[in-house]
Amino acid sequence: MRRVESYWRLKLREIRRLRTDSPVVFNARAIQKIRRSLSSWNRRTLRPWLQKSPESPRSYETSSSIPLKRFYTPVDVAYLDYERDLGYPGAFPFTNGIYPNMYRGKLWTMRMFSGFGMPEDTNRRLKYLLEQGETGLSIAFDMPTLYGYDCDHTKAHGEVGKCGVNVSSLKDMEIIFDGIPLDRVSTSMTINAPAAVLTCMYAAVGEKQNVPKRKLRGTVQTDILKEYIAQKEWAYPPEAHLRIIRDMMVYCTRYMPNWNYISISGYHIREAGANAVQELAFTLADGFAYVDLGIEAGLKIDEFAPRLSFFFNCTMDFFEEIAKFRAARRIWARVMKEKYRAKDPRSLWLRFHTQTSGASLTWQQPMNNIIRTTIGALAAVLGGTQSLHTNSYDEAWALPTEQAVMVALRTQQIIAEETGAADITDPLAGSYLIEWLTDEMEERVYRYFDQIESLGGVLEAIRAGYLQREIVENAYRDQLKLENGEHVMVGVNKHAIHEEPPIDTLKVNPAVQDKQIERLERLRRERDHPKVKTALSALKTAFKDSRANCMYPMLKAVKAYCTLGEIVDVGREVFGEWREPSLL
Amino acid sequence: MSSVKPEKLERKIRILVAKPGLDGHDRGALILSRAFRDAGMEVIYSGLLPTPDDVAQMAIDEDVDVVAMSLLNGAHMTAFPMVGRILKEKGARDILLVGGGIIPEEDKKLLQKDGITGNFGPGTPLKTIIDHIIERVRKERWKLK
Repeated sequence: MRRVESYWRLKLREIRRLRTDSPVVFNARAIQKIRRSLSSWNRRTLRPWLQKSPESPRSYETSSSIPLKRFYTPVDVAYLDYERDLGYPGAFPFTNGIYPNMYRGKLWTMRMFSGFGMPEDTNRRLKYLLEQGETGLSIAFDMPTLYGYDCDHTKAHGEVGKCGVNVSSLKDMEIIFDGIPLDRVSTSMTINAPAAVLTCMYAAVGEKQNVPKRKLRGTVQTDILKEYIAQKEWAYPPEAHLRIIRDMMVYCTRYMPNWNYISISGYHIREAGANAVQELAFTLADGFAYVDLGIEAGLKIDEFAPRLSFFFNCTMDFFEEIAKFRAARRIWARVMKEKYRAKDPRSLWLRFHTQTSGASLTWQQPMNNIIRTTIGALAAVLGGTQSLHTNSYDEAWALPTEQAVMVALRTQQIIAEETGAADITDPLAGSYLIEWLTDEMEERVYRYFDQIESLGGVLEAIRAGYLQREIVENAYRDQLKLENGEHVMVGVNKHAIHEEPPIDTLKVNPAVQDKQIERLERLRRERDHPKVKTALSALKTAFKDSRANCMYPMLKAVKAYCTLGEIVDVGREVFGEWREPSLL
Repeated sequence: MSSVKPEKLERKIRILVAKPGLDGHDRGALILSRAFRDAGMEVIYSGLLPTPDDVAQMAIDEDVDVVAMSLLNGAHMTAFPMVGRILKEKGARDILLVGGGIIPEEDKKLLQKDGITGNFGPGTPLKTIIDHIIERVRKERWKLK
């Protein structure tokens, strides 16, 4: 532990030292000259100007409270060493981007997240998307599924099919993927606490279609650490979930080489109220915790690291967001190489999906949200994202209507096809501001790593409520800034108008719950009861033995049509539940 | 708005901030908890994932003046009125209920009929919410004008 603690401290010192290095790209004498002329400009040009036309006294800073100058010069990045700090696209440390030719070779994937109601509804929707030429499916689940409760559980009342599709057993997954060849699509499933169960269900559907596990392609989110930090959808205490994730890492490395079993997510951390530096620091810290988990399970770094991918938020502080993505790539690559000794370039690549910020959308004057999403999407593209979901303008109201989803997709297509933004790799590289901000964020992220490590690591920081409180405090500060007008949201605290709710919202048919319950009851009557009982008891034995890999009995339980709730309940019985520390 | 300023209140308002459902979106609830506390109220936070039963019981056990409920998952029409019904069954119909979340206009009217007021949407200033609570507590709980 001691040795690891000193790693981040050393790294932080190194990063600080790099930023005071003598000029490499710039000429030392030229920098001196600029320093002098800058000081004279300050005296002779700026100061008299400010006397005539004073500035608004507000503070100029990024969302992460990084103070900003009026403008940036080579002096701010005098230490810059092009090859060391940026490299080239597709070359270490990947600051520019992970591929040598970026979007000229492969445009980002436009992956729109969808799903609601009955499994049949989602099946129809997925088939429609496939007919439109999409190959990347992305499924949203309802709250009971996300928490691992069956649709007839008392806690599920009123929530079935509301925020996504309901899956209570393998039967529902069979319906969702009916007629969809799993060897020809890749499926992203936004699921965390029960991710292992859904992975087993997907494998079981594949088996029925005669598609071997090794051919299955897709992503499950599985990032339980950010659940405790931000999204708060868990079933057990963290160590129990981490043990199941460990089993999944080992199992998938062996049998499902094309399955991205963790998508390390900053999106929810940001939405919960974190700033950009916190989003980056906490997400990367989670990522390194999963790397440690894989190594502890006996896996070799290059065996599993290429399967890890990331999921970030992109919101309105344009330049800070772009710098965030660049810093993210560089930190990941350096630490993976230096600390974990990864050799495979794919282990060093920080591949990421981006979603524009839901919290940036306003309930008021919803059409303005199209503009906000456009700005966020453009920053994500300039930041080098591998895939992108753009939010629909009506999402502060409800699930999006088809028309709104269409506009959101078109936003990406316009950026891709009309603006030229995708033609050049990392087009803002070399901007004094962007380079300085990238380095500044990197340093602040290492400061958080050091702090987290001094608390005993991510898990301990979660148990102590530290990460959660950091976010709440930032969220509250932001809210107060909004209230006193320091922070502006157009249409909310400035340029507000009186308005009637003007747009159509999507409604989910309330009969979904009854129909799902009816199907589940039928399943419970008709399945092979002794088989169910045996499977659940084998799963319980595996859960109790921390050396066992629970994926094998879990797959058996899924195939015996044990329900999602039954399977997750076995864990609740063995591992107990989780109460989060006080956050007030 | 003729509301009394928080610091001039006759006594402290006790408030339970609750998320009665399967909904982990606690940003709003936690921000409100801090704002209520800074406005001089005694704040109890339900924590995550209580059932409506748990919320009602907590409200009675903690002897609160008001329960502020927040849900962003679309289940407000089931969960909010259920808390009200259980409170009535347990003889605590005098505990006030206010709501917030993403609540469509037509739902607001129905909730209002069940005594759940406010039903504030995203972007509502904290002061509006605090004033609403103070006004109701003074009028309905403390019978002041």
